[in-house]
Amino acid sequence: MDTLERKTTNPSVAEGATLFVEMNGIVKRFPGVLANDHVDFVLRHGEIHALLGENGAGKSTLMNVLAGLYRPESGTILVKGKVVNFSSPRDAIKAGIGMIHQHFMLVPSQTVTENILLGLDKPRFRLQLNEYDHIVADLSERFGLKVEPRAKVWQLSVGEQQRVEILKMLYRGTDILIMDEPTAVLAPQEIEDLFKTLRAMVAEGKSIIFISHKLHEVMAIADRVTVLRKGKVTAAGLDARKTTLQELARQMVGREVIFHLDKKLNTPGEIVLEVEDVCAENDKGLQALNGLSLDVRAGEIVGLAGVAGNGQRELAQVITGLRRCTDGCVILNGEVICNRSALVGIQRGVSHIPEDRTGVGTAPDLSVTDNVIMKQYRRPPIAQHGMLNMQVATKFANELKESYDIIVPNVETPVRLLSGGNLQRVILAREISGQPSLMVAVQPTRGLDVGAIEGVHRLLLSQRESGAAILLISEELEELLSLSDRVYVIYEGRIMGEVKIGAGGSSPEMIDTVGLMMTGTPLEQIRKGEAERNV
Amino acid sequence: MQAIINILQAGVASGTVLLFATVGELFAERSGVLNLGVEGMMLIGAMSGYSVALATGNPWLGVLVAMLAAGLLSQIHAFIAITLQADQVVSGLALTFLGAGISLVLGEGLSKAGTVSLLPSASIPLLSQIPFLGPIFFKEQSYLVYIGYLFVPMAWYYINRTRPGMHLRAVGEYPAAADALGINVYRLRYLYVFIGGVLAGLAGATISLAVSPGWFSEMTTGGQGWIAVGLVIFAQWDPFRAAVGSYAFGALRRLILDIQGPTMLLGMRNPFYYNPYWGFFLQMLPYAFTIIVLVIGSREAVRKRLGAPAALGNPYIRGERGL
Repeated sequence: MDTLERKTTNPSVAEGATLFVEMNGIVKRFPGVLANDHVDFVLRHGEIHALLGENGAGKSTLMNVLAGLYRPESGTILVKGKVVNFSSPRDAIKAGIGMIHQHFMLVPSQTVTENILLGLDKPRFRLQLNEYDHIVADLSERFGLKVEPRAKVWQLSVGEQQRVEILKMLYRGTDILIMDEPTAVLAPQEIEDLFKTLRAMVAEGKSIIFISHKLHEVMAIADRVTVLRKGKVTAAGLDARKTTLQELARQMVGREVIFHLDKKLNTPGEIVLEVEDVCAENDKGLQALNGLSLDVRAGEIVGLAGVAGNGQRELAQVITGLRRCTDGCVILNGEVICNRSALVGIQRGVSHIPEDRTGVGTAPDLSVTDNVIMKQYRRPPIAQHGMLNMQVATKFANELKESYDIIVPNVETPVRLLSGGNLQRVILAREISGQPSLMVAVQPTRGLDVGAIEGVHRLLLSQRESGAAILLISEELEELLSLSDRVYVIYEGRIMGEVKIGAGGSSPEMIDTVGLMMTGTPLEQIRKGEAERNV
Repeated sequence: MQAIINILQAGVASGTVLLFATVGELFAERSGVLNLGVEGMMLIGAMSGYSVALATGNPWLGVLVAMLAAGLLSQIHAFIAITLQADQVVSGLALTFLGAGISLVLGEGLSKAGTVSLLPSASIPLLSQIPFLGPIFFKEQSYLVYIGYLFVPMAWYYINRTRPGMHLRAVGEYPAAADALGINVYRLRYLYVFIGGVLAGLAGATISLAVSPGWFSEMTTGGQGWIAVGLVIFAQWDPFRAAVGSYAFGALRRLILDIQGPTMLLGMRNPFYYNPYWGFFLQMLPYAFTIIVLVIGSREAVRKRLGAPAALGNPYIRGERGL
């Protein structure tokens, strides 16, 4: 039977268009979760198809099935009209399907060319890197993916590393490219470059599946959109030009989302945190912070924007006493707290919401109770004559469970069994219950679904109202601009400039300015450029 | 002058032992597997090589059996570390005890079993005429020493300039990336642990059949396997640096032995001759160095800075994020 002419029951498939991929009735189950519940998905030739959904909606699972990483329990997959049955990513690549994961699959110590050649049969023995460097350079020019073939991957920015991943797939002759949240790690200008590349690829007849939960981006790049919610398709193959942001949001979360937070006007008080000319090294012994200064006042949220890996992690560690600074100092309420210990910070009222929730934020195998008392156990009432009073601790944990909506059977449950959102609530409960004077929150909403994000935002705003100084480090520009009173931009361990956000919220010009600073243009230079243009 | 040449000449021969063991361990570690069982594998190699040479009269057959026997032993560690994903430090230590135990039992009586034909030596024409360096490197050296010279650049070329070498590095740095592109991480790690074992066996046979012939139970290797483990860190996982370190330590070993011989040193009474404690102190130095290197090298941050394979010591479990 000729599958191309086969009548399809899927209403989203327009007559006459060539089908690249047809997934029918895909079911994929994980222990306790039905990740894909009879999902249909159709990809046409030469289109950018966005797969939209909240975290945990089953987008990545569906695409991992298509890329040969997972095997579905039931359902059929047709690629270019032929039924396929992949048992590994290698099979999928052979059929022309390549997936770029959120975590890049690149070997940092090898060159760009080496990474592209990895796992192939040619060259047979001798690497002949000079020859292959040229081939890679030609390929990167053809698709506008600027990258130096001889550079080692660890020397590249995240955006460049993504280009290497794309090149790797193009080199293997992939014509169906799956990208899992490709913009999460990019600066605004880099996103624009990526979109240009994607359009160039489509012009050459390739198809792209774009997994995302960012509505604006989906509207900007996609030809068609398929929306998933809780493992089911809620909208199949909508024409992106004929739909609206609000419509997509409704399909995605099942209710209208509030895009504007209820942020009350607040006059900031005394300076709580002062960071003065701080220098620090990263784990590799390279300079990560180069004379960075900033301050945070009581009752304000100060955002720190920047592309990942520009010193945000190191700054948070210096402030919370987890990393030594080689120069400069950190002052909390008039007292020097840097290069002392994490305990000094905790006793002076520093709370820390770390990026790594299971490694730094919690002890995964310990119970909710043990995790929430970690900053209180030294003091009464939990400490009594050098012993822990577990009755008081359990009562305390139960109170937090109630007031922070931690969904867990009982407080003796090990926290490793909790979902991302619940785990973050455990951390927030512990950090806020100590009534901090300074809060350092690093990526507090990363990986959480929309509902949980809203909860975290509300808690941060209520801390602001109760007079805490909050340093919010995030890669989500939207989040920073809507929550913060001021935003600093960090680039290569330096502050590029500061943007004040008034009562009116953020403006498009503000976003452009922050974006330019994130890619390394200092604020004075941007201002100067504007002034010249106005003259 | 002649004394210095003699010491260095013997030092190169002695360093060849360390060279094979160090580069072998370097291969295993480059694939991400730490094997602390080098000492045990060397003992197995030294014992089996010597006894096969004794029984057959053919030292080359002895070398071959030594390599296979040690390679076989290494696969126990490979199974525990790669398939069972157990702690590599514990398994490697156990391998040292196992190798030492087996070789002591099977080598019982081997030390007084008679003479054995040793591996041949030769001088290289022309090259051995170079003043100073000629006699050190190219005069009356065992064939294995010359094999060692060729082996180092070949190992470097293989690791850095060939497709299988690139796959080796990828598996040790980021196995998930290699796996995603269809490289069989487990198979490669087994292979390079095996190669590490084979080379440790060769190192053992180099002792018992060439450099200091005979079987002296655990004193045959005398802890050189541990020095090799330390040298891998010192060499920052590079074969050329490993060669420099190996020859330097070989020369140091000879110097320590020979300095205790003469009664007079530089016109003074030789303290190393008259006072045995000074000699013991000297003998301790290479091991003290090894301990210091291992302690420093066991710090995660230092290891990263030295350029250790990122996945060194971590079992690979498919589907887990990161390394």
